Amino acid sequence: MITVGDVDNERNGFDPTAMLTDWDMGTVSTLPDGRTLRTFEVAAEDKEIEIAPGVMFPAWTFNGRVPGPALRAKEGERLRIVFRNNGSHPHSMHFHGIHAARMDGIPGAGLINPGEEFVYEFDAKPFGCHLYHCHALPLARHIHKGMYGLFVIDPDPARHPDQANVARSRLRGTPENAEWQELAMVMNAFDTTFDGENEFYACNTIAHCYAKKPIKILRDRPVRIYLVNVTEFDPINSFHLHANFFDYFDQGTTLTPTSKTVDLIVQCQAQRGILEFSFKDHEPGLYMFHAHQSEFTELGWMGMFDVVEVLS
Amino acid sequence: MNQHSQIQNTETVAETGPAERGRINLLFLLAPLAVLALAIAWLYSANPLASFNNGAPPVESLTVERTILDQGGLRLLVRAGGSEPMRIAQLQVDAAYWEFEQVPAGPIARGDTAWVSVPFPWVLGEAHRVTLVTNTGATFDHEIAVAVPTPVVTSANLFSQAVLGAFVGILPVAIGLMFYPALRSAGAATMNFLLAMTMGLLAFLLVDSFVESLELAAQSAAIFQGPVMATLAAMASFLLLMGVSRRKGRPAGLALATYIALGIGLHNLGEGLAIGGAFAAGSAGLGTFLVMGFTLHNITEGIGIAAPILKVRPPLWTFAGLALLAGGPAVVGMWIGSLAYAPQWSALALAVGAGAILQVVVEVALFLMHSDDRRGSSTLLSAPVLAGLAAGVGFMYLTAMLVKI
Repeated sequence: MITVGDVDNERNGFDPTAMLTDWDMGTVSTLPDGRTLRTFEVAAEDKEIEIAPGVMFPAWTFNGRVPGPALRAKEGERLRIVFRNNGSHPHSMHFHGIHAARMDGIPGAGLINPGEEFVYEFDAKPFGCHLYHCHALPLARHIHKGMYGLFVIDPDPARHPDQANVARSRLRGTPENAEWQELAMVMNAFDTTFDGENEFYACNTIAHCYAKKPIKILRDRPVRIYLVNVTEFDPINSFHLHANFFDYFDQGTTLTPTSKTVDLIVQCQAQRGILEFSFKDHEPGLYMFHAHQSEFTELGWMGMFDVVEVLS
Repeated sequence: MNQHSQIQNTETVAETGPAERGRINLLFLLAPLAVLALAIAWLYSANPLASFNNGAPPVESLTVERTILDQGGLRLLVRAGGSEPMRIAQLQVDAAYWEFEQVPAGPIARGDTAWVSVPFPWVLGEAHRVTLVTNTGATFDHEIAVAVPTPVVTSANLFSQAVLGAFVGILPVAIGLMFYPALRSAGAATMNFLLAMTMGLLAFLLVDSFVESLELAAQSAAIFQGPVMATLAAMASFLLLMGVSRRKGRPAGLALATYIALGIGLHNLGEGLAIGGAFAAGSAGLGTFLVMGFTLHNITEGIGIAAPILKVRPPLWTFAGLALLAGGPAVVGMWIGSLAYAPQWSALALAVGAGAILQVVVEVALFLMHSDDRRGSSTLLSAPVLAGLAAGVGFMYLTAMLVKI
């Protein structure tokens, strides 16, 4: 069935619906050599959050939200992430990307104690749908307490002349990209008893949030989902779309799909990818999506797309 | 014939002097020991039981007796109970291997203990599971249900624990004793009711102590044979106190009151150990409500102690002494329990308390029977006594609902 009641988004300080489209673009400046420097500010903090109606969880967060901010940059930019640890335990940011060992966010390389600050610096590459997470020990606890987020690098059309149009549609800020309805989704779960088994599953933290408040989708515009799985304790998670099929770009590092016309993909922890589909030829209505581990579905990881002709 | 043999026998006895008889006795004493020594030597040298060796690994057993959480991480006191010395090869916390240090290092002999320390950054208020992996690959789990820093010996801690102990131990007994002046004018029926109520509350404590003792005994290392230890300790303390109390005849008056106070005191020592241990382990958040429950629960203990001395007029200081004897051990128990907790010691204290309580139940029953010369044992079945028993047990059971979690 379904969880009972509603979560107080205001108290949590984040709203799962707003989170779908809330990209952290950082602040942009130009380096002396003409390259773009993009700076993000991220702070770790302890925060009690409501993960399901009436159920509180003592989370460790990036910027007070779980998942952490969905960082987004353009291929080839210089990135600077100013990380401050305001939490009670040592933390780090470990990016899935290409960077120096010094910037890896593991013990001895960017893992900082409470009250300290560290600046991670590297180039935005390769383009794709990536993630970052805390890499402090014990790893499983630091991850499942909420320290993870999306890290998306959009392809630079100039570097992909053969598929410049496809690249432009992925590059946030272009008119081609504005045509797409892009959604940030993180599949996660919570072990509220700390026994190594999850009690709640969700997409973007709040159990059943998109089942109770379906995601509005305009029928005639395509949909692109940036999806990552950070579920701890279970070996895999999955995404199944009802009544439709999608193209899948595993890790998002290609401009042509790695799987075409599928309605189910599986991801192990930290696996991620881009889903592209359209409801253009469908009649309006509620279209379900969920993990196809039925157990996860009924423990919170289930939602609805509300396909409409016009946004009301 | 008969006569002859008798004479011969006498002669033999006369020949063996006391010294020689001693030597013969010694020989008879040594013979079985020698056989035992030979059997052990043969068992080790010839290994006649080799055919029973089916290749199964040695039996292993590890019990965590104490858990200390501090800035440096976790420290566990483990006791080995294997058929052979055991080696802790690896250690997991929450299904991840961690570096650890064992003092003293090396194999742990059967019955021995060692401290294992892990620099694990435990999380306040959350659960952790420690898994000890031995060299044979066997694992032993230890659950830290709620991680809280272990209390350390500071004067502030000792003081607050003493205050808590006084609230649940000394204060209620003192309040109960304060009913003394009001109860002095009691008639025979009220007297019998009060004594029977004392029996009832003591019967509750007897069952409660012994059951709790068995529960704790079950958590202790197998080598202590917890349930057997608890039962024997209870019987021993019962017999010992019966023997001591009967040196000057059946105890009555102040002597009986003192034995009741002692029994309750031993019970409170065990309770204090258990509460202190639970507090240290983070499994009991001691709220005001819980403490008030304990205080209320223990008030009848004071009335019980006062009952046998209603017809004597002891000096005032004896009341203070009785209150301290009955309630003071709660403070001591709290100190020891929170600072040096091990389940077998709490089990032992509660079992000794159960034996002591059984002794006073018997003595109060006899006192009741003899207080009414004309009726004897039928007094025990009279209406005031049965009502008193029910009131005592009932009050204790109902107030225990406030404190059982």
